[in-house]
Amino acid sequence: MSDSKSIFIKEATLTSADGEQRQFIRTALGGYYKNRDIYQARYRDWELARDAASLAKWSAVNNLADVLEKFVAKFESNGGKVHWARDAAEARKIILDLVAKANATAVIKSKCMTTEEIHLNDALEKAGFGVVESDLGEFIQQLRGEAPYHFVFPCMHLKREAISELFTKHLGTAPTDSPEELTMIARRHLRKLYITADVGITGANFLVADTGQISITENEGNARLTAAMPRVHIALSGIEKVINTIDDLTVLLPMLATAGAGQPMTCYNTLYAGPKKPGELDGPEEFHLVLLDNARTQILADPEQRDSLHCIRCGACLNVCPIFKNIGGHAYGTTYQGPIGSVITPHLRGLKDWNHLSGASSLCGACTDACPVRIDLHHHLLQNRRNAAKVVPNLFDRVFHGTFNFVIQRPALFSLGGKVFRKTFGLLKHLPVPYLGTWLKSRDLPAIPQKSFREVWKDSKNV
Amino acid sequence: MSEARKEIMGRIREALKTPSPKPHLKGQSSKVTGKAWLPEVGDTHAHTMALLSDNLAKLKASFHPVENLDQAIALVKDLAQKKNWKNIAYHKNELVTPVALAIDGTAWAVDDAFSKDKLEAADVGLTSCVSIVAQFGAILVSSETSGGRGLSILPPVHVVIAKADQVVPDLAACFEQINVQFGGKMPSMLSFITGPSRTGDIERILVLGAHGPKELYLILVR
Repeated sequence: MSDSKSIFIKEATLTSADGEQRQFIRTALGGYYKNRDIYQARYRDWELARDAASLAKWSAVNNLADVLEKFVAKFESNGGKVHWARDAAEARKIILDLVAKANATAVIKSKCMTTEEIHLNDALEKAGFGVVESDLGEFIQQLRGEAPYHFVFPCMHLKREAISELFTKHLGTAPTDSPEELTMIARRHLRKLYITADVGITGANFLVADTGQISITENEGNARLTAAMPRVHIALSGIEKVINTIDDLTVLLPMLATAGAGQPMTCYNTLYAGPKKPGELDGPEEFHLVLLDNARTQILADPEQRDSLHCIRCGACLNVCPIFKNIGGHAYGTTYQGPIGSVITPHLRGLKDWNHLSGASSLCGACTDACPVRIDLHHHLLQNRRNAAKVVPNLFDRVFHGTFNFVIQRPALFSLGGKVFRKTFGLLKHLPVPYLGTWLKSRDLPAIPQKSFREVWKDSKNV
Repeated sequence: MSEARKEIMGRIREALKTPSPKPHLKGQSSKVTGKAWLPEVGDTHAHTMALLSDNLAKLKASFHPVENLDQAIALVKDLAQKKNWKNIAYHKNELVTPVALAIDGTAWAVDDAFSKDKLEAADVGLTSCVSIVAQFGAILVSSETSGGRGLSILPPVHVVIAKADQVVPDLAACFEQINVQFGGKMPSMLSFITGPSRTGDIERILVLGAHGPKELYLILVR
């Protein structure tokens, strides 16, 4: 069993047994469901909107080479500089070099899952650069030294008491049970840092090819500040974030907000084209964009699952997933949790060690229904199971299915097998049959009938 | 061209040799171009204004339609007094300047060089805007025409002064206007501001003023 799998099983078992925590997560998501339904209902046609969003991403992803070339040319004509990274290590090196070149003493970051994917903070800290997360949830998780629990709501698993204790310990503030006061503590703490930081690092939600802008969606204003105050702005983005035109945002910006957070539109949706321009009053002197592959081209090469590159990271699939709600975000052990994470992580980190995530699904399809860009999530989980069986065939599966195939075609053998099976059925619980032990923990084996169906049938005719 | 770029582009072109089918759509696929699915905006000016007002109220932004600039000046002056705004940062603009200068306090323009600390100490930022999208109650500001990047995000209060004819019904119209107004030369920042800064990161409970302004005022001059 791979490490990631045994950690998954251990964590999932613990969380799913914690009824109080599960209830807390459900309550936290309750407000989201309510608002999502209100704002979805305001669309004249949510399903058509999904069609449009899906097509916008499909046409960009399926012409990725041309759309990217177009974007990069336009982005650079706006005065930005593009860097290409084949993998996480290359992306880290590019960013570290840029930070070093800027003689940075302090780095401020806004929320960006791609930086989590490449473990950027670790690398920056090891190289001696202090880096501070400015999104409230990410700031809390950074203080805890813990990965985000949910890629849109990073600390949704924490109660206010825990956050208050954390702030008291690290920031020396007085305990409080008011979310408002806790938010203000973080606000006051971080404001100085926006002003003193030399480098601001952000992600990107969309790369707009026809205008060469990057689009950043947020609620708190921390990304706005991160891209406004420091001298150097570095953005990191996966290559799949590119879209054809600024008009595509007409559908994508509202849908990202409604599907992701139950909002009509998030508080700030900002388009950046280059650093401060002549005549503008403030803004960074340099604007760098790091474009990351890191196995995205591998997903692209799989036409069956290519649509998982349409993902706009709204998190809607997590919010509706019965597995996520029961096992929580940390059990996955991945950068991207929930159904989308279970689909793409095997591509990003290897099917062999991560195929167990394909089983972290009830195949109910709630994720597919919730996805604003119509990614066929639950079928992709099935495909990953199939693909995993090819890569690492399960010995039990092979023996069981091979034997079954052989026996079922031979009636006499089948009949004999049935007799043997009925006699030895009671011994089954003592044998190391996969999954049976878990099944029997809370269940009894049913009593076995003395006769086979064929015997019963024959007897009934003789009566 | 960098080696990494060449290699990534090569991988992409190789991968795309196998086509993938169009997504399964619920509607008539060829017709999915329009914006007919977005939230209703109504077809009269009155509809648009009512929608804007309703959206801003839901967003907890403060909306004040006024008849003329004099009324706007009186209104902001009064607000400043009630809210104790003394340090007023603004950018030079035909609508914004007269309002800023009328406030009983120290008004200073970001058009002259300023330090980040000075802006951080401001009680309020006064700006113009590019347009206002009634469909979502979103106010579009730009780094070129709305006082740069910091003025609309760093001070704890943001007051926008705009003309009623800057209101557009929907996002589609707004992007059309952006394309016409800025064409191939986009400002370095265009930002839709949809209500005061907010977060729900603690127990998914809404708190206003996470990092950006806690209060947002839109003064709309007819």
